[in-house]
Amino acid sequence: MSDGTMPPKIETEDLNFYYGPARALNKVSIACAANRVTAIIGPSGCGKSTFIRTLNRMNDVIPGIRMEGTILLDGKNIHDPDVDVVELRRRVGMVFQKPNPFPKSIFDNIAYGLRINGMRERRKLEEVVEKSLRGSALWDEVKDRLNENAFALSGGQQQRLCIARALAVEPEVILFDEPCSAIDPIATAKIEDLIQTLKKSYTVVIVTHNMQQAARVSDFTAFMMLGELIEFDATEKVFTNPASKLTEDYITGRFG
Amino acid sequence: MKQATQKKVTQFLGFFLLRACLYLVLAVLLLFLYDIGRKGGGAISWEFLTQVPRKGMTQGGIFPAIFGTFLVTLITAILAVPLGMCAAIYLNEYARQGHLTRLIRLSIRNLSGVPSIVYGLFGVILFVNIMRFGTSVLSAGLTLGLMTLPWTITASEEALKTVPNSYREGALALGATKWQSIRTNVLPYAVPGMLTGTVLGLARAAGETAPILFTGAAFFLPYLPKSLGDQFMALPYHLYIMATQHHQIEQVRPLAYGTALVLIVLVLGMNMTAVVIRFRLRRKRR
Repeated sequence: MSDGTMPPKIETEDLNFYYGPARALNKVSIACAANRVTAIIGPSGCGKSTFIRTLNRMNDVIPGIRMEGTILLDGKNIHDPDVDVVELRRRVGMVFQKPNPFPKSIFDNIAYGLRINGMRERRKLEEVVEKSLRGSALWDEVKDRLNENAFALSGGQQQRLCIARALAVEPEVILFDEPCSAIDPIATAKIEDLIQTLKKSYTVVIVTHNMQQAARVSDFTAFMMLGELIEFDATEKVFTNPASKLTEDYITGRFG
Repeated sequence: MKQATQKKVTQFLGFFLLRACLYLVLAVLLLFLYDIGRKGGGAISWEFLTQVPRKGMTQGGIFPAIFGTFLVTLITAILAVPLGMCAAIYLNEYARQGHLTRLIRLSIRNLSGVPSIVYGLFGVILFVNIMRFGTSVLSAGLTLGLMTLPWTITASEEALKTVPNSYREGALALGATKWQSIRTNVLPYAVPGMLTGTVLGLARAAGETAPILFTGAAFFLPYLPKSLGDQFMALPYHLYIMATQHHQIEQVRPLAYGTALVLIVLVLGMNMTAVVIRFRLRRKRR
């Protein structure tokens, strides 16, 4: 939800989504403000992952899907025929649920996005790798072993590596799909801090299972259930004075 | 307490049975290798490996057969390896996974179960007669290639399936095209497995008799094929002749065993190569 003065960075209007005959999203309209963190919460199977994956068209690769409604990035429909999905995904980066480093060196992981866009200059690559790793607060831990395999890092470090890898291509929006569900609490705290820093330069959308996490990191919270958007408001409002009884029951732990 | 003992006895019996099965299989294999080695080892000599057969194949060597088998396997590889790998990449990465794809995949699996003599007859019709390559090393190689294709496709596809989907998605999410994600994030990790399966398929082809029987293998040629249009001798066919068709069967028996030994060493060697390739590439990727 934008604060009135600024247009939303990325927004959906009446989004319907189907896997074959099964409807996963039902008229979902969410507007994510620029330089803010928007959290999507809800019980398992509520469609929050499906929703976030529509924003960079990652669902395109799944067979048998169908979508209705519009998704606008800076006011431009991302399904317009003149939109290049490859360029869209460069602008809208994504960090997945399980850390998914490539089986390459730390350096090559970060440089991946630049190299596929034709960047060969070693100096420039080194520069971006350092900047990205600093951006994800990983530089000090790995600067002496950039040529080691990324699999040698711990789970939390791997996830920050994936964040750095996403930062390296200079996206405008970063989508986090339950980024902390596979890592320990200390690593989680680091990533939450990082998200707070990232919103200065990026628009952040985060799907999370963890309501405390949504309360800690986000400015706006959307609560979804069974593919429908139940409530969407400023995070403080959703957690202290929810408009819907369903939201209240969920955040007070009566179901979930 | 009694129950716990019973559970342990059951487990012991189970493992014992499994181990006994393994040893039984190994014993048969070793006995087989020992028998061939013992009876064929005496025939192996420099002359045997490098000379042409003489005096109605009762003397001399089997060099034309060794050379012919190498040549025909090479043609098989040239047809089956690139085609099989590309087909597998298309099937697994690009093709829409629907009924048609499933049907195609099922057909390929079924083709790998078609008896080799059927391929042989098909090769006669297609390559020898319709395409007019004649009974030649080319026709035989192409026939073996067709027979090997289902194996290479299936093995390559299995190798592609072992690459985690997160490698593909991770690349796409960074703005890679589909081909870029396949080239940089799928193939490097699938190729060792693809090569292993392919070499195993080729090793099997090298030992086949039926597909080359009518398409190009010759009973006896005292010279090497000079072009792809010539007939050739091959180890498996030579062995078949020596073991069942020769009129002085007692006299050529040691030569037959020698041929069998050479063929087995060749096939095992190819299989070992597959293992080495996979091991090397895996280690390099780490």
